[in-house]
Amino acid sequence: MHDPLAKLKALYPADRFLQADSQLAAYGSDALTAFQALPRAVVLPETVAEVINTVRFCHDERIAFVARGSGTSLSGGSLPVADGIVIGLNRLNRILELDPQNRLAVVEPGVINLRVSQAALPHGLHYAPDPSSQQVCTIGGNVAFNSGGAHCLKYGMTANHVLGIKAVLATGEVVTFGGRSREQLGPDTTGLFCGSEGLFGVALEITLRLLPRAESFHTVLAGYRSLEDAGDAVAQVIESGLLPGALEIMDALAIEAAEAAVACGYPAGAEAVLIVELEGPREVIECQRETLHAVLADSHAFQIRVAANAAERTTIWTGRKSAFSAVGRISPDFIVQDGVVPRCRLGEALRQIGDLAREAKIRVANVFHAGDGNLHPLILYDGREPGALARAEVLAGRILEMCVGMGGSITGEHGIGLEKRDYLETMFSAPDIATMRRVRATFDPRGIANPGKMFPGSDLTDGPQAASGLRGLHPLEQAGIVFRQ
Amino acid sequence: MLEPNSLAALQDAVRGHRCVLAVGGRSKPRLSQVDDCTLLSMGGLAGITEYQPSEYTFTALAGTPLGELAQVLAGHGQAIPFDPLLVKAGSTLGGATAAGLAGPGRFRFGGIRDFILGIRYVDGAGQLIRAGSRVVKNAAGFDLPKFMVGSLGRLGVLYELTFKVFPTTAERLSLRVRCTDHRQATGRLIEAARARWELAALDYLPSERWLLLQLAGPQPAIGQIAADIGLRWPGDVEPIEPSTAAACWETIRGLGIPQPEVVPDGTGMRGTGMGGNGADEKGPFNNPPVVIQIVLTPTLLPDLQLALAPLEDVHVHYSVGGNVATVVCRQPREAAALGYCLTKLRLTGMVLAGPDAPLWLGVCNRSAIGRAIQTALDPQHRFPPFASPTPR
Repeated sequence: MHDPLAKLKALYPADRFLQADSQLAAYGSDALTAFQALPRAVVLPETVAEVINTVRFCHDERIAFVARGSGTSLSGGSLPVADGIVIGLNRLNRILELDPQNRLAVVEPGVINLRVSQAALPHGLHYAPDPSSQQVCTIGGNVAFNSGGAHCLKYGMTANHVLGIKAVLATGEVVTFGGRSREQLGPDTTGLFCGSEGLFGVALEITLRLLPRAESFHTVLAGYRSLEDAGDAVAQVIESGLLPGALEIMDALAIEAAEAAVACGYPAGAEAVLIVELEGPREVIECQRETLHAVLADSHAFQIRVAANAAERTTIWTGRKSAFSAVGRISPDFIVQDGVVPRCRLGEALRQIGDLAREAKIRVANVFHAGDGNLHPLILYDGREPGALARAEVLAGRILEMCVGMGGSITGEHGIGLEKRDYLETMFSAPDIATMRRVRATFDPRGIANPGKMFPGSDLTDGPQAASGLRGLHPLEQAGIVFRQ
Repeated sequence: MLEPNSLAALQDAVRGHRCVLAVGGRSKPRLSQVDDCTLLSMGGLAGITEYQPSEYTFTALAGTPLGELAQVLAGHGQAIPFDPLLVKAGSTLGGATAAGLAGPGRFRFGGIRDFILGIRYVDGAGQLIRAGSRVVKNAAGFDLPKFMVGSLGRLGVLYELTFKVFPTTAERLSLRVRCTDHRQATGRLIEAARARWELAALDYLPSERWLLLQLAGPQPAIGQIAADIGLRWPGDVEPIEPSTAAACWETIRGLGIPQPEVVPDGTGMRGTGMGGNGADEKGPFNNPPVVIQIVLTPTLLPDLQLALAPLEDVHVHYSVGGNVATVVCRQPREAAALGYCLTKLRLTGMVLAGPDAPLWLGVCNRSAIGRAIQTALDPQHRFPPFASPTPR
């Protein structure tokens, strides 16, 4: 009998062509742990040629593919398509070049985000985008979703640090966008490819810009008796003319979870904590920290803790960076939301989220990039309870609609993926979406690259299923960085 | 040339003509020099439509002159972080975005692509299309705003744009670093770009072998950092007197080449060139030079200098840490020779002024996919092609 995957199978040795259900299960979900889908097969290429040949096979046979790094997507962007294959890129993990003179690195898509900074460190350089999952997530995934992180207020998102991309498009064509210079001529195709959520093709080589490591950090953790006070403090910091490297808030429930997961030792009894980090030359930090402390003293912080050294700085950040996965400590299941509101409406947005949560009788923890109005409500539920996921999703949808109603966005950094595809129309009109569809069709005329994602309505008859009864482990848990028990 | 003064008039103008191209201040005239095309002046579509300083964003119509915008922002202690070019020559928000080029202050935080958040533009069918958003962070939808940066008006007519801004720093300090030759200058350029100093601008004037550094931040911090720079290259570093420095950076933003003033002690500088403020300045359309912007990596600087050496009456300035070169050819025939040099070095240049020069010099990256995306955005082919004369 004709095996439609026979030609694909012939491209790989048996240990890198997975078809047994037990092997596929590990690829069945991503950090949107509520959903799972098993693909027909998973391939694990080790070379660029294997990736190109795989995509060309998929194009010729009209088989859907999902490129996947470490599967940390919080919007279901790397969830498999049941009828298609997964191209697991973790083995394309070489740093091909590190050029400290021109301050750039060329990497394969499977390189772990944090590894880039680790490799650049001996040269006094670093790679700035720092999503919370950076010990696990890959550059290819970061490019696909234009990942952010706590430090993008000052430094921007992934796209701002990508100078060039070599990719195989869904048509099978291999293209090169951008280059090695900090400046570009002509339309920014590299920028267009970033954040395209895997719908255009697969990035094979990515040229990243590296920045000098900041000489000096001044990291402050402040405890507040109310979320409102913490929010007011943010407004005051901004108004003082400072440009912090990071400005983050966590609420009481998020603090409780982080404490349970990583024992970060945040101020006891805090309804909210604010993390402010200044970075730059030591002389500038000397000046700026006086300004910062004057502002914080004027705010209603009941405790202000300053990191005295790198270790204390790491401890402060560990609590914040563990938050998304740490809520697994206090709830069997959760949805990590991602919305943006204008900063001046942050307080109002949090109050509304509180009201909506109480109305729905669902607990919501809040973590957010206060500097840019990017909220991460963590909606807690128990998947074993009938209807709980559905109710959680309804609440998630109402929060998104609130964000759009305030003039914000349905996603600040996690992308649309599977999770929010039906909300794209709340932000964009029919002609806007038609334009995006035409652009997508240029790269992927057969609709095989990560179908069923980003655009409203399903491109397939079978979408990923709600993983009822499956307690999905967050990839950071799988990697042993965070533990539930 | 038409000048629509409303969105409806703009949409009608686009639909009503076979080929259209929006123009702003025409400070980079070669970019809009297209045959058989109706030009649409965006001067009637100007003004800030939304600005809340606490949000660190503004939204303005494409025809808004950048000078006016900068003044409004300055009133609230904010500035356009990519340091736009040709502000005095009348560049506009839409025109700057379409050209995709920024000034020396781009070195610190990034260029136009790093600050654009959202757009509304009129496509070839006359529809108003939105992409991106008005808030500082947005991951919804494809990043068409970035794609429009550098698109030269060939993909649509930018109508309204939203940008992120940063707080401004009132205190600035500029230094000049003397170098013995281009190799030493390149080494120092690279070192300065990697140093802890967090420079606001880093340029190189090869005719004098001077690095030009700018620091921006609080005093006494920047003075202390300047002293530290002086210790790094003892005897070669000196401060530039503030008003001379300001004039020099203004010249660079005007795509002119700073030239040393002939004064008894030879320490001053004045500018001349496209938008400069030198005493012998001619307007951009009298005796037009050819002005080209080239992108490169700093390590290629010595090779480019070597390649340019045989050309006559060619003036060069390097900006953005050696990632951008502005070349001013006083003899138009040298533009062709420059093109040959760039091709040999695998570099690309875009001609900003010079009516007889082609739009592109050197290597061109116009691929099939680029043309296909252009067709996807403009199925009616309402806007002119990018006109790359040398296929790769």
